[in-house]
Amino acid sequence: MDFGFNDEQQEIQRTAREFLAARFTPEKVRELAESRSYDDSLWNEISELGWPGIAIDEAHGGQGLGMIELVILCEELGYACAPTPFLSNAAAGLLIDAVGGDEHRDEWLPGIASGEARGAAAFTPDDPAVVPDAEGAAAIVLPEGDGVRVVRASDAEFDPVELIDATRAYARVSAEGGDALPGDPAAGVSRVAVAVAAELTGIAQRAMEMAVEYAKEREQFGRPIGAYQAVSHRCARMLLDTEEARSLAYYAGWAADAEPESLPMAAAMAKARASDAAWDVTASALQVLGGIGFTWEHDLHFLLKRARATGQLMGTSGQYRERVAELVGLAAEPVPG
Amino acid sequence: MDLTLTSEEQAFRDEVRSWLEANHPGPEPEGDDSAKFEFQREWQGKLHEAGWAGISWPKEYGGRGATLVEQAIFSEEMARARAPRPANVLGLVMGGPVVIAHGDEDQKERFLEPILSGEEIWCQGFSEPESGSDLASLKTKAVAENGGGDGSPAKGWRVTGQKVWTTFAHAAKWCMLLARSDPDAPKHKGLTYFILDMEQDEVDVRPLRQITGEAEFNEIFMENAYVPDENVVGGVGNGWMVGITTLMHERAGLGAASAVALRRDLDDLVALIQERGLAGDPVIRDRVARLQVAAEALRLGGLRTLTQTMRTGIPGPEGSLAKWQWADANQELTELATQVLGPEGLERSEWSYKFLRSRANSIEGGTTEVMKNIVAERVLGLPRLR
Repeated sequence: MDFGFNDEQQEIQRTAREFLAARFTPEKVRELAESRSYDDSLWNEISELGWPGIAIDEAHGGQGLGMIELVILCEELGYACAPTPFLSNAAAGLLIDAVGGDEHRDEWLPGIASGEARGAAAFTPDDPAVVPDAEGAAAIVLPEGDGVRVVRASDAEFDPVELIDATRAYARVSAEGGDALPGDPAAGVSRVAVAVAAELTGIAQRAMEMAVEYAKEREQFGRPIGAYQAVSHRCARMLLDTEEARSLAYYAGWAADAEPESLPMAAAMAKARASDAAWDVTASALQVLGGIGFTWEHDLHFLLKRARATGQLMGTSGQYRERVAELVGLAAEPVPG
Repeated sequence: MDLTLTSEEQAFRDEVRSWLEANHPGPEPEGDDSAKFEFQREWQGKLHEAGWAGISWPKEYGGRGATLVEQAIFSEEMARARAPRPANVLGLVMGGPVVIAHGDEDQKERFLEPILSGEEIWCQGFSEPESGSDLASLKTKAVAENGGGDGSPAKGWRVTGQKVWTTFAHAAKWCMLLARSDPDAPKHKGLTYFILDMEQDEVDVRPLRQITGEAEFNEIFMENAYVPDENVVGGVGNGWMVGITTLMHERAGLGAASAVALRRDLDDLVALIQERGLAGDPVIRDRVARLQVAAEALRLGGLRTLTQTMRTGIPGPEGSLAKWQWADANQELTELATQVLGPEGLERSEWSYKFLRSRANSIEGGTTEVMKNIVAERVLGLPRLR
């Protein structure tokens, strides 16, 4: 029994934290968000590090590592609030890998793993679907009834939408046809939910740190506001929310690789918890920051908006709790008699 | 990361499980408190004979020297088998570990074995009517006898004051007592940790009836009660540090077991909801799902803390959160259960008892407000209010 990262995983985490802090400085994040754009050279660097293929097998050009490693990267990307097409590309890879046949894996996974022919995935069942990072992707994974299909970008129409979250690009995508993937999408969908939960955990962690730092420095009535329990207990709650989200996201990452029978429940719990945690912590951080937190000038709003938008990717916390209730053994229909 | 048990850990679990299957004493007698206590004392004797009583204690003191993972497995198996608690739980979880950590050789020789066997029951005298969360302000005083003012060593101490919320005081031989031995020192520095003999006329125990109707706790009144000098643990004036060790053992000891108990009650609640035909109610479904998430977050947080402690010797921040999470979850669980049962849930029953008992969860062993202070100050590094 060991619930911690091994040396290699710790190294991935450390490298990611350092790389992202150096590349996605607050100024850089602001510049990209305000222009609603990505930096291609940064995506190339991320691709050279092998991140897009971290959970894809070596035969398809990936690193052949697992969900835990992907969870680590997603958490750090959330922490950095990094504007990149990483998450949507990873989601497309997870879905094609889990649901597709050999021909789909052979066709799409190498480009997704190298970052040279990105994928993008719809995170909601709407039609037309709102797809993060659709523009510039080669393949788009869309819902199709109870399953999923892959559509070539050239066969799709894009209608960019500007959500409140400016750190990620979104577009409504409509497309006919494409290849319906033959497998059961459940495992792929659960894996994507885990990746999203990990990113949300990182967002919560960063917002908590901002709030705590501010509460130590900002003085009112002659002392730091963090000395007042109305503020310090709010910060303690942020830690509880963040740590619960983290424990559940790590567990779900482990279950995906090592104990797939536990994945549906683990993923549903992780996503439900992380969606709420990221919103609650960022909103609470804004309250601690007070007026300055409501200004455009402060960076918190990028996290707050990303928390809100990302929290709804793959479904809301309420939808995942409904799934948890089902899996815990509550029959959806009232028991007769 | 591997959340499955190693083959050694599995073997350990199987050993515990089959021993419990063969030796489980059956359900506790109901109603009569003293019969229940004797039952628990016999149970502890059985545990001790098989070497399970002091599972966390080092082997040289009669324990098993089990790893943290093995201790967690043992707690889980005890909860899974619905095995009764040993009678001397406070001695095993708090008193013994403190003597092992801070006591001298004579004290180890004198006190440890009867704790394990259940022959001598221990209770804890920390809280006072005027000193709850602000424990270090406690007023019970200890005056050195024959110490004089000339620096000659004290032969003993006379203790006067009142303690409250003392579990097992009526059955206890020994009390872990925090008292003020130096009224002039700063409040954290003037305390000493004593082992008080409860079997003397100067100690009066009165049961304290709580909102559940039972008297699980007691008040202790001490009037010039005698403590020999050799029953000072960790040195005069070091009581705060020694006492904190006790509380850390208390919180760590409760951690693994409380997560399992919560899981078990949640399973019972799910069955109850099905039985009452309420499984389709969307509000109930949402509340159950929240409880499931909370119970798993508590369990997993405990495992992360365990791993961190095994790797570094220092528990991570998650440990400070567990008591708070558990209190919140247990209160919500019992509220939901009594609501599911309707008026029946307020009749005298196991659920109505648990419902009322859970109100103490956010107070006992450190209030939720104190837990939040600890998290804010020691984990997040926020400035202290005081």
